[in-house]
Amino acid sequence: MSLARPPEGAHSRLAGQREARRVHTFSGAATLFKKEVLRFWKVAFQTVAAPVLTAVMYLLVFGHTLEDHVKVYDTVGYTQFLIPGLVMMSVLQNAFANSSSSLIQSKITGNLVFLLLTPLSPLAWFVAYVGAAVVRGLAVGAGVLLVTVWFAPPGLDNVLWVLAFTVLGAGLMGSLGLIAGLWAEKFDQMAAFQNFIIMPMTFLSGVFYSVHSLPAFWQGVSHLNPFFYMIDGFRRGFFGVSDVSPWLSLSIVAVAFIAVGGLALSLLQRGYKIRS
Amino acid sequence: MPSPSSSPPAIAFENVKKTYRGGQLKALDGVSFDIQPGEFFGLLGPNGAGKTTLISVLAGLTRATSGRVRVMGHDVVDDYAAARKALGVVPQELVFDPFFSVRETLRIQSGYFGVKNNDAWIDELLENLGLADKAHANMRQLSGGMKRRVLVAQALVHRPPVIVLDEPTAGVDVELRQTLWQFIARLNKEGHTVLLTTHYLEEAEALCQRIGMLKAGRIVALDRTSQLLAGTASTMLRFKTDAALPADIAARARVTGRIVQVTAHDAAEVETTLGSLRAAGVPIEDLEIGRADLEDVFLEIMNGAAA
Repeated sequence: MSLARPPEGAHSRLAGQREARRVHTFSGAATLFKKEVLRFWKVAFQTVAAPVLTAVMYLLVFGHTLEDHVKVYDTVGYTQFLIPGLVMMSVLQNAFANSSSSLIQSKITGNLVFLLLTPLSPLAWFVAYVGAAVVRGLAVGAGVLLVTVWFAPPGLDNVLWVLAFTVLGAGLMGSLGLIAGLWAEKFDQMAAFQNFIIMPMTFLSGVFYSVHSLPAFWQGVSHLNPFFYMIDGFRRGFFGVSDVSPWLSLSIVAVAFIAVGGLALSLLQRGYKIRS
Repeated sequence: MPSPSSSPPAIAFENVKKTYRGGQLKALDGVSFDIQPGEFFGLLGPNGAGKTTLISVLAGLTRATSGRVRVMGHDVVDDYAAARKALGVVPQELVFDPFFSVRETLRIQSGYFGVKNNDAWIDELLENLGLADKAHANMRQLSGGMKRRVLVAQALVHRPPVIVLDEPTAGVDVELRQTLWQFIARLNKEGHTVLLTTHYLEEAEALCQRIGMLKAGRIVALDRTSQLLAGTASTMLRFKTDAALPADIAARARVTGRIVQVTAHDAAEVETTLGSLRAAGVPIEDLEIGRADLEDVFLEIMNGAAA
């Protein structure tokens, strides 16, 4: 048995570096992506089935109690209205949970060292963690839709809006989860981030109501919440109506993704709280 | 010293400094030395001397405040991908990913390095480290010793030419220590460079061709193991006593309960030491005179080197 391999040096150093970067960025990122997907899939009861059940509970309770009391759009019943909101809320919360919990667990248990020792570039980390977060978001979102759609089929006006807002929204939340995972040093800090920032912003984004039903001041406040645009644009894909133009929503979500993704990538490049 | 070679050193440390708290705490204070390809090198030093910091800089886990480190000619910062590909590091902490089995862990680690379809090599590693029957066991189910073996397999899974072991035998049983050293010694014979930090000085003496000693972030000794043993006090007086030692002997003696060990450079110094004991009326039992070992050299250097 031998580990021996020809020593590097046959190529010029520059060509070697380019080759190394190319191979590691694609092949290594693919491995990390696969590992991150496997990580949540191995505990799918907790990471997929449980959030689906939670969303169904919301639908049953709110749908039943508010169906005849809340009027949103003229042609859309409340339960119908609620379904896309719950789907998107689940997508966003689970995309965030995937990257953030994976990173904080690896940091606290110390096994992040296995990743830190590899030649993987910051971009490879970003693509893999955010990619897996999108997959988890899509898996939970599809699960919620599949189970709830039988209660009051919401129809499908334009699948492209649905897909664009799902992927961009999940990507944005996966990136935010990466930032939170890098920043938090203990589970308590992560719980604070999740419960005091993510949860209120998703709940107050128009999942359970149309912002048009709010007083003018709170409508204005809602328009400052990027989650509002993700939910509103996503809902547009089902009903063909929305509180604001889907193009405006898409632009805001895309700019937010670029900003948050760019920050996550720059933190990875700096080795923020992972390389001392 | 190893023979000069046209190929770059396996590891080159060049004036490496690492400070914390705005420069108040110097973890590494200008460390410079090379390790040549094929060497088995021991890095020794008391706790807090900077060994793990130096290895962390080498592995890219920590960034040096100044200075450069190269692995097989690749800078660990500017050319980190090639440097890390050439390096296999066994970390000191017993860490693992509880989601995966042993084989999955090794496949994933291999994939990070861009090495696909690596099962033949993974099987060989499992066989050589006594892990073959644990391949499908979840990492959580393994004993501490078995987890340590997986750490070694993870470090070697991408076939690195340079292997770094940071106190790999701390707290492990005799059987694993033997298996591990036989395996690492074999890899070294096959041409791999090994950098080892350990607290077990008899291990370093038995395995390492060359040794560097760190104290307070500085290299205070760097030589072939045989030269280190020859160049310092080479004789050891060992005896038992219940009486207080004379001040000049007490200052340089290593006392463990009733057992006293004192080094001497030559026969004359042995006579002088025994003379002092006699003059002070210290009764001694079970006197032995033998060759000093690396532990004696280590203590002499650590006690003598300026902090």
